[in-house]
Amino acid sequence: MPEAVETLVTEDMHRQKGVWGEARSSYPISESDIRKWAIGVYWPETPPRLYWDEEYAKGTRFGGIVAPEDFNPFAWAVPKGEFRAAGALPGQTPAKGQNILNGGQVDTYGVRMRPGDVITARSRLSHWEERVGRNGLTLYVFNETEWRNQKGELVKTRISTGIRS
Amino acid sequence: MTTYFEQVNVGDEVPVFERKTDFMSWNRYAAINEEFVYVHMDDAAGKAAGQGAAFGMGNLRWAYILNALRGWVGEEGEVKELGMQFRAINHKDDILTTYAKVVDKNPEGNLVRLEVDVRNQKGEKTSPGHAVVSLPSRG
Repeated sequence: MPEAVETLVTEDMHRQKGVWGEARSSYPISESDIRKWAIGVYWPETPPRLYWDEEYAKGTRFGGIVAPEDFNPFAWAVPKGEFRAAGALPGQTPAKGQNILNGGQVDTYGVRMRPGDVITARSRLSHWEERVGRNGLTLYVFNETEWRNQKGELVKTRISTGIRS
Repeated sequence: MTTYFEQVNVGDEVPVFERKTDFMSWNRYAAINEEFVYVHMDDAAGKAAGQGAAFGMGNLRWAYILNALRGWVGEEGEVKELGMQFRAINHKDDILTTYAKVVDKNPEGNLVRLEVDVRNQKGEKTSPGHAVVSLPSRG
């Protein structure tokens, strides 16, 4: 019989609360990154020309291709360190607190991302709530992330909710 | 298409963005977002997570809502804010339909607030939330 877990809040979380982590920067965004993103999220429909047709995009108020607001310039960074799979694993019962789900998020959007932009992100643990739910003791962790482009302009802020049970 | 602030009324609904999702759409999204998480790729992991089978990404539903909103506001409008709670899972072959309804208009900044969701074929609300968009004015 496993020991009952009294809390999923760790000492690290107490230390990290409210403290901005180290900033990280993306590789420069390419037109090809944006085009692939648009194809993926509009699949199987042809995505809007604003995301892949520079000639068309020049005639819009943007003056060129821009990325959809949800575009992630941090995908496909060169891996550093050992890969650790997130969430539940096939054929294994997750340890308490290791069943991790994306609970949602709130974004506010600033300037659009464009080809050539380098996005710098910083994050901090905002707060958490722990309660007993359908899956027993459940921890809701709220993280705050800020993205700025190379001019320092705000691209996005996000409050994301991670659910651990 | 351009939607102008003046032509929008509280109660208006945004045209839907609808997709029947399966591994064809999830794998594409995993590839662009580098989101290779076992629960989205392997039924055994979905079972281990207590969900019965592999399931789709909340972030893909997020993208669908943004697609619907952008299609509605047009290139002259802007999505300023979006918030959603991923309350229910979506499984293979679910038909996901966006929902967005105008609940408030603020002439200061031509801002329109909407309630949003992505619903499955049973009408279940998988991702309730809100959005704020700004719209151009006819002047």
